[in-house]
Amino acid sequence: MKTKSYNSAKTLPADDHSPQAPLSIHDLTVAYHRKPVLWDIDLDIPEGKLVGIVGPNGAGKSTLIKACLDLIPTASGLVQVYGQPYKKQRAMVGYVPQRESVDWDFPVSALDVVTMGLYRDIGWFKTVRKKHKEIARSALDRVGIAHLADRQISQLSGGQQQRVFLARALAQDATLYFMDEPFAAVDAATERAIVTLLKDLKNQGKTTLVVHHDLATVSQYFDWVILLNMRVVAAGPTEEVFTAENLHRTYGGKLTLLAEAGHALSQIKRP
Amino acid sequence: MIPPPLAALTSLHDTGADWPSLDVVWRVLTLQDYNTRLVVMSTMILGLASGLVGCFLLLRKRSLMGDALSHATLPGIGLAFIVMASMGGTGKHLVGLLVGATVTGVIGVIMVLVVRNTSRIKDDAAMGIVLSVFFGLGMVVLSMVLSMPSGHAAGLESFIYGKTASMIMQDFLLLSGVAAIALLCSLLLLKEFTLLCFDEGFGRSQGWPIHGLDIILLGLVALVTVVGLQAVGLILIIAFLITPAAAARFWTNDLRNMLILSALIGGVSGWCGASISALLPRLPAGAVIVLVAAAFFVFSLFFGKTRGVVRTRLAMYRLKRKVGRQHLLRAVYEIQEAACAETGKPPANIAIPFRDLLLHRSWSPAHVRQDLRRAKNEDHIDQFDGQSLRLSESGFGEAARITRNHRLWEIFLITHADIAASHVDRDADSVEHVLSPDMVRELEQRLDLDSIPESPHYISPQKDRPHDMVR
Repeated sequence: MKTKSYNSAKTLPADDHSPQAPLSIHDLTVAYHRKPVLWDIDLDIPEGKLVGIVGPNGAGKSTLIKACLDLIPTASGLVQVYGQPYKKQRAMVGYVPQRESVDWDFPVSALDVVTMGLYRDIGWFKTVRKKHKEIARSALDRVGIAHLADRQISQLSGGQQQRVFLARALAQDATLYFMDEPFAAVDAATERAIVTLLKDLKNQGKTTLVVHHDLATVSQYFDWVILLNMRVVAAGPTEEVFTAENLHRTYGGKLTLLAEAGHALSQIKRP
Repeated sequence: MIPPPLAALTSLHDTGADWPSLDVVWRVLTLQDYNTRLVVMSTMILGLASGLVGCFLLLRKRSLMGDALSHATLPGIGLAFIVMASMGGTGKHLVGLLVGATVTGVIGVIMVLVVRNTSRIKDDAAMGIVLSVFFGLGMVVLSMVLSMPSGHAAGLESFIYGKTASMIMQDFLLLSGVAAIALLCSLLLLKEFTLLCFDEGFGRSQGWPIHGLDIILLGLVALVTVVGLQAVGLILIIAFLITPAAAARFWTNDLRNMLILSALIGGVSGWCGASISALLPRLPAGAVIVLVAAAFFVFSLFFGKTRGVVRTRLAMYRLKRKVGRQHLLRAVYEIQEAACAETGKPPANIAIPFRDLLLHRSWSPAHVRQDLRRAKNEDHIDQFDGQSLRLSESGFGEAARITRNHRLWEIFLITHADIAASHVDRDADSVEHVLSPDMVRELEQRLDLDSIPESPHYISPQKDRPHDMVR
């Protein structure tokens, strides 16, 4: 699975359509206040996959994404996006933060938030133009809430707010997406809309990493899975990796307890 | 300037306010005196700048940071005086004092950041510590300066509460310069500041220098604070930064409008405050200015167009009454419908027993009676004698319409759940109250219905009823 080529990575230009992995992480370690939360992460994500990042609370799922995006300092390791450091590849990367990470009472409209995905293209000191608003509007249309473009964001439901965040990432027009819990606390219709969108991105050959909580839908939504609990327990195609044994190793005590309870129940002899 | 001992003497003999004559009021309002003109214009410009910068400070949730900064300027003023006096001057060179204020103010902010980033102490505690320690230090330095033999230090304490009367042309130019910088930054960096305040994580992932932007924003706050020391004083300058922005927030949900409004409120507060303080010179200018801004805030809090308390409460009250009325009428209609269905007739406006209405939903009799009284005042109820009630002609029409809308929604939610969920996130019971005529028409087309459909669900059976009218 891993064919690391540290040397060639530096020599290839960014726009060369090389068979480089969209994301490769080498020996990444992250610590908060001296306590490591991610240990020696080693991953190569293949192109065009829809990847679920799964693990218990506090496993470092969000931390992994944030470390990849340079949002938090890393203790050691190297993250490369298409063979280059992330700093040089920002234009290729889209990011959907957790919905709770911002104040939704902020005085901006849904359209304003989506245009933020274009701020990089617009550049320093320049104002948002009509063409940018049109791009933003079509991004909102793709997530099915174009009619809410001018609504102030606090007047949107949780699912609609999540869609606004997704639209902002779509406006970025990236090839590699990081999404932090997009399915958290959304209504069923939004969940379906997000799944359709993810499949769309995959069909366009884009790579998407999604932090996911619901184990029941993992094999249905994702074709690649990273099982994470401070270290990578297993990573690979869903059908190979998403096994009961690996889940046990990932969730440790919590699932073991459940399994033991199940085992104990099955041992009760019924007359 | 009156030296402190004399000032104390005059205020001792000071009984009652001497109100300015109309002539003086007119002279101040029309800016006829050079001095008044200078002070009023300066304070107004300061208000414009602080209104703009305050918006971003408020939205960045760094209000207390501005407070820490302003309190941390005090030791700088004292120290700058000592340095300048020891170099042979009088020590009261304005620019020198303000530079000193800026230096310790910035050191204060850096201390907050250091405490926050290197320990587990949170923002508020770090700012609280820095704010009070620097202010204490400032008071110590200031009392040392005031007891210095040179005797030129008198008046330095006016930086604490502000003293507009001492403003000169130099202040006006300084303030205008700062206001121009604040305006330019707000225009050029509107998009960058918006991102900084709304979603710094996303901004950083996009490669924006979030720390740099933070420094620019805090730099603007520092500039406004320092040039505002003379007019408003270091204790109250934070109120002048935050209050106009907070007041403006009640009127709009759009950042651009909020900025314009906040600058206007700041400017008008400065103007009014300085005028009042020119008329009643015994009142500290800073306090008057802040009180005027506070008056704007209180007014906005209650009467603000988008988020004012009165407006939102009134809207809530109206909605509650509307929901109550609609629930009542629908309940009556459903009872009538069921009773008529038993005899095989279409629903008609027949009298129904009050008891049935109580049983239909778990409402308290008092609540239902109140709703009935209101409905009677609105001519929806024809007669109600405590035992039975009958709808008026218009009430029956309204009841039929409400019931129809309600059922259309229920069916719509069942058959088009995906679309409905993205249009509204409420259950059918409250949705009917926000349904527009256009929406109803769209529903009718979609569902191919124009009469009143049957309820798609079972209407709860009424216990204790002699004749069971469940469909």
